[in-house]
Amino acid sequence: MSHYDFHKNHFELLGLAPRFHLDAARLDQAYREIQAQVHPDRVAHLGSAERRVSMQWATAANEAYQTLREPLARARYLLHLRNVDTQEETNTAMPAAFLMEQMEYREAIAEAKATQDAHALERLEGQLKEKIAQHLAGLERALDHAHDDAAAAALVRSLRFLNKISAEIADALDALEQ
Amino acid sequence: MALMQIAEPGMSTDPHRHRLAIGIDLGTTNSLVATVRNGIAVVINDEQGRALLPSVVRYRPEEEPHVGYAAQRAQSEDPYNTIVSVKRLMGRGLHDLADAGSLPYAFVDAPGMVQLKTACGIKSPVEVSAEILKRLRERAEHALGGEMVGAVITVPAYFDDAQRQATKDAAKLAGLNVLRLLNEPTAAAVAYGLDNAAEGIYAVYDLGGGTFDISILRLSQGIFEVLATNGDAALGGDDFDHRIYCWILEQSSLAPLSAHDTRLLLTKAREAKETLTEYPEVRITAVLSTGEMVDLLLTAQVFDALTASLVGKTLGPTRKALRDAGLTADQVKGVVMVGGATRMPQIQRTVAQFFKQEPLNNLDPDKVVALGAAIQANVLAGNRVADDWLLLDVIPLSLGIETMGGLVERIVPRNSTLPTARAQDFTTFKDGQTAMSFHVVQGERELVADCRSLAKFELRGIPPMAAGAARIRVTLQVDADGLLSVSAREQSTGVEASVAVKPSYGLTDDDITRMLKDSYVHAKEDVHARALREAQVEGKRLVEATQAALAEDGEALLSAAERADIARGLSALAAALEGSDLTALKRAVETLNGLTVEFASRRMDASVRKALAGHRIEDVEC
Ligand SMILES: Nc1ncnc2c1ncn2[C@@H]1O[C@H](COP(=O)(O)OP(=O)(O)OP(=O)(O)O)[C@@H](O)[C@H]1O
Ligand SMILES: [Mg+2]
Repeated sequence: MSHYDFHKNHFELLGLAPRFHLDAARLDQAYREIQAQVHPDRVAHLGSAERRVSMQWATAANEAYQTLREPLARARYLLHLRNVDTQEETNTAMPAAFLMEQMEYREAIAEAKATQDAHALERLEGQLKEKIAQHLAGLERALDHAHDDAAAAALVRSLRFLNKISAEIADALDALEQ
Repeated sequence: MALMQIAEPGMSTDPHRHRLAIGIDLGTTNSLVATVRNGIAVVINDEQGRALLPSVVRYRPEEEPHVGYAAQRAQSEDPYNTIVSVKRLMGRGLHDLADAGSLPYAFVDAPGMVQLKTACGIKSPVEVSAEILKRLRERAEHALGGEMVGAVITVPAYFDDAQRQATKDAAKLAGLNVLRLLNEPTAAAVAYGLDNAAEGIYAVYDLGGGTFDISILRLSQGIFEVLATNGDAALGGDDFDHRIYCWILEQSSLAPLSAHDTRLLLTKAREAKETLTEYPEVRITAVLSTGEMVDLLLTAQVFDALTASLVGKTLGPTRKALRDAGLTADQVKGVVMVGGATRMPQIQRTVAQFFKQEPLNNLDPDKVVALGAAIQANVLAGNRVADDWLLLDVIPLSLGIETMGGLVERIVPRNSTLPTARAQDFTTFKDGQTAMSFHVVQGERELVADCRSLAKFELRGIPPMAAGAARIRVTLQVDADGLLSVSAREQSTGVEASVAVKPSYGLTDDDITRMLKDSYVHAKEDVHARALREAQVEGKRLVEATQAALAEDGEALLSAAERADIARGLSALAAALEGSDLTALKRAVETLNGLTVEFASRRMDASVRKALAGHRIEDVEC
């Protein structure tokens, strides 16, 4: 009997088709069913061999779940499976319009921080959410339908920036609440 | 004779025998032990029928230390030798303790963890905690009257790796087999959730004597999933006492106090605080050793004003936990209140206001954590339970590695579900560099200096290459107890780091042996005999588990030759169990463990396959 290689493919481990569109309820369900089998709490009374295997499995299941649940990580992972380098560290050539927009967001955050304007931050957060949703729709088109990996990689790169700004806004809101 | 059965694989000893296991709430102020009896979780009382054991240890020269009420009574009379709230010192250096100056102890600044000078010599917080755990272990053994499989010990969810490791070391020192370190709010959620068949999003707000935790959980179909946790490992009822204490000093303009008087006033402050839960005002009176008198009236209103900032300090972490969980306060279905300090009316009011709902107070806030721990211990010990459930918990604080310029490269983000492993590649920066050092830290801040240092280690024997050519992959693995282990490997050559990273503050096995020998109780007991007994328990457990596994899957998953190998390992272990050679026994356990790795992994594969058999691979419809 051959071993199931749980390191090979997160989609396979969770019984999902390798595509960007995701049935979140189904992902949750599969993840929970696997953890119910492999979690270290299930084997705490057994020998060290069982405990070691269980830790490896549960770690792999968590990694798969976290990767697939999060859209950016999922897109990146799909591209990785297709041997496409997303060039996130090397390709910094962003369209000028996109860079302008980044600057504007950063300035708006800095200003809202300086004036302690939580409403402004929340407004920015809303705008950004919309923008991110557009990117996700774009990723689904590029990855699942058009099979345009280059376009998908570009979307991954800009989504990464949007997520960063989103986190900055969250941090700024946190700081205001202190 | 039981040992005859061992040599006969497939004939397991009675697998349905109830295995004794306990849950311990090792609190800052009070500790408890509980167990599951006839399917019901119960707290084990002491001989006088008391559930709580005050977490107070008094060292006496040439005698066994007092633990609990007797020690508590002596706290102002003998402040240096009477250690209270030792949990706040666990895994902490002297420089970490904001209020060290006002604590009436003789601190010794030791590397890693602060120590205390007592009548019985210098004690580490681990040893002090072990005294409390030992007392609870004895209480349980006495009540249960059988061999105990192990214990689940609770820790604040917001405890970092150093504090968790210290707790586990204390348990080992107390002679307990730790089945799991369990987060206190999670334990409470288990007890509450199972009791009320709760489903949905719940928050657990736990304000104890010394720590504050907030956890957000999703309870669904028997799975308790912690979505996010946050807190303050140095915020609790003690701090409210301290505010009253400072107010007394200010009101009575007292001269600097002796340790005795400090402890006396802190005790008075605590009594006053508890009285204010029931009454609108309280009178505080005391006669100090200097002859000075304290006679003050404290109203609830003044107390509220004195402590408003403390109450407020719990809301920051609460907001952060909700944000990390991607939820808002109105999505929370219920707020479970845990910890004695949540009895304070200002806490109840603040929580009700924040979540816009009355908090849930229907569980005894003193006992719920211990009961949850007992329920978990019962399952971990391998006892079958009626309703199947599973806990998925998270790491409270991010883990990272120091990079150039004293910055932290975050590797494991906070609130990752456990167990988890993350890897990061590093490279050499000089030509021919053969060694590289790493510094692992925990915390959310960007600068290394603002995070907790966990471990420093060096990877040696990297083959000389051009700068930037080596690829060193560092893997941080965090287990289900929230404890870290680190490994490093040069990718192109496969050179493994000689890193046995036991974080710097952890105790080595030698330390534990020494502490055991030092401790008064064990001076009488043979340390070796105890180690042998522990190894025997483990060996027997392994034999039972292996036999059960063989009976279930041996035919289906193993070849005849493989079965024969394992049978040989079993017989060898059975023989070693008959003797009293500790080394031989340990070797036999190790051998059998080695022989069953492949079997264990095939069994796990098979069970995952079976679980997913109904819906393997989603249909691709696009
Ligand atoms: N009626 C009350 N009113 C106000 N505070 C109370 C009351 N009863 C207990 N407390 C406080 O609760 C705290 C102890 O709570 P608890 O026993 O839950 O803590 P613990 O489990 O020992 O600590 P921790 O969980 O932080 O390690 C003490 O500060 C105590 O003064
Ligand atoms: Mg507690």
